[in-house]
Amino acid sequence: MLDNVMDDFMVRAALAGIAVALAAAPLGCFVVWRRMAYFGDATAHAAILGVALSLLMSTSILAGVLAVSLIMATLVTLLSGRGYAMDTLLGVMAHSALAFGLVAVSFLPGVRIDLMAYLFGDILAVSKTDLAIIATGGLLVLGLLRWRWSALLTATLNEDLARASGINPRREQLVLTLSLAVVVAVALKVVGALLITALLIIPAATARRFCHTPELMAVTAAIVGGISTTGGLQAAYWLDTPTGPTIVCLATLLFALSTAAARISRLVSQTGSETSTRG
Amino acid sequence: MTRKEGRRRYRLDLICYNITFAITEPSTLSFFKGPLPMPLLSIENLCVTLGKHRILEEIELQVERGEIVTLVGPNGSGKSTLLRSIIGSIAPSHGRIQREPGLKIGYVPQRLSLDPTLPMTVERFLNLPHRHSLDTVAHALLQAGIPGAEVQQIASLSGGQFQSILLARALLDSPDLLLLDEATQGLDHRGIADFYRQIDHVRHTLGCGVLMVSHELHVVMRASDRVVCLHGHVCCQGTPERVMASPAYQDLFGLDTADALAFYRHDHRHSHTAPPMDDRVPPAQPLTTPATPITERLH
Repeated sequence: MLDNVMDDFMVRAALAGIAVALAAAPLGCFVVWRRMAYFGDATAHAAILGVALSLLMSTSILAGVLAVSLIMATLVTLLSGRGYAMDTLLGVMAHSALAFGLVAVSFLPGVRIDLMAYLFGDILAVSKTDLAIIATGGLLVLGLLRWRWSALLTATLNEDLARASGINPRREQLVLTLSLAVVVAVALKVVGALLITALLIIPAATARRFCHTPELMAVTAAIVGGISTTGGLQAAYWLDTPTGPTIVCLATLLFALSTAAARISRLVSQTGSETSTRG
Repeated sequence: MTRKEGRRRYRLDLICYNITFAITEPSTLSFFKGPLPMPLLSIENLCVTLGKHRILEEIELQVERGEIVTLVGPNGSGKSTLLRSIIGSIAPSHGRIQREPGLKIGYVPQRLSLDPTLPMTVERFLNLPHRHSLDTVAHALLQAGIPGAEVQQIASLSGGQFQSILLARALLDSPDLLLLDEATQGLDHRGIADFYRQIDHVRHTLGCGVLMVSHELHVVMRASDRVVCLHGHVCCQGTPERVMASPAYQDLFGLDTADALAFYRHDHRHSHTAPPMDDRVPPAQPLTTPATPITERLH
């Protein structure tokens, strides 16, 4: 019976979207807190280079993307703080990786690859194997984040405080970097290289306005992400629009609504009582 | 008693004496009691270079259990760098920092800017990275002077309140060594007095060593067991009285020439320039370095 359900491409697409949204949510929170939004971009753009290389060497695309993303992430971590500002470094690496990837793709003789599918994702083409890979990757990342949560949070708060508690901030940074590479690799199929960062950041940014603790923010971001992917999927079906971009559009809509709602509730509470908690 | 017997007896006595001595000698006693009490922190010949600048040079410092040691020195003298080297944030270019095995450090940084994108309640902050019971947290907040602040956002606290929370957090893990980097910044006079009272209380109850950086010289001199005067290197260290009487200290913290001269003549009448007894009295001398090139004399 499960097989029958899984045969429906819409069900597979929805499950894949939810899996990616769940894994991307807590990771996206760290990306927001640590101001490394561009880092996600760089890793995602490098993924295109990974696609090209794995096609050239006829290996599995997932392995190629994962390898290049990991190399990219590690390289950026190592190079940061050596004379170049982080955003300069990422700007150079992200776009050069994308450019080299696109050039490498053009060398592929006779192979027809749908580049659009990698740039914008093709969630409707998710196979059962893809789904298994996405679920495994997502669980792996969630497990890793759950395990290192306190240490990661302390290191994000302040590196010296972390050091004093016996936490190595460099190691925690590496955990985040690796998780990011894994999420990018498995999410490539769902939203594509150009929109992965959106799925990381927009749900986290939406959740920020309603949450008082980091944990709550991560959970809310996961819910927002889940609503965006499933809702976006449905909307794309009805409106006959590209799926990946529709998901991101819905996430952005939710973000705008949350911003407006937060502003209205603040206005209401201000007119209701003139008290302030600030001491 | 024959001569031979006498000599034998003497030898026996000597052996007995030696055995008794060996047993009662502290190092032997500690063999039975456990390892020798070693300092919490022992710094040997520490040099730190950041970029091309040598920040710290040949630092020798030890902190024992239950002792309050204060680092004083002008801005840029490497006080914070020293603390950050101790917690392991800055790698020494030379020398050794030995911590007692399993040493737990409580650290209160000089400045902590929290990113506003990170929502953080006081309670969650106090539970990082280790969780504590609700009662423990409530008690810590009571001691910090902000009872019931658990659900408040860290960002909504005043500077002084935040500083108290930072100290409360550092104390929650019952540290062996407390490192405070200008921890009284942003506190009012009463807050400062309370703060030092709490530190003194903590070192008795927890038995921890305290190493702190402070600019409040008049308070420091009363609150510390030992003062280390830092200016890239250790200019002088010892009891507060001794440090205040030392020419290096006088140079760094700028007494007027007459006083300084008096000290150069080792006039011990001036040892009564002890700190004023009232916290509210500002330091009598400005904390600026004198215009004269002091480094030559200090080396």
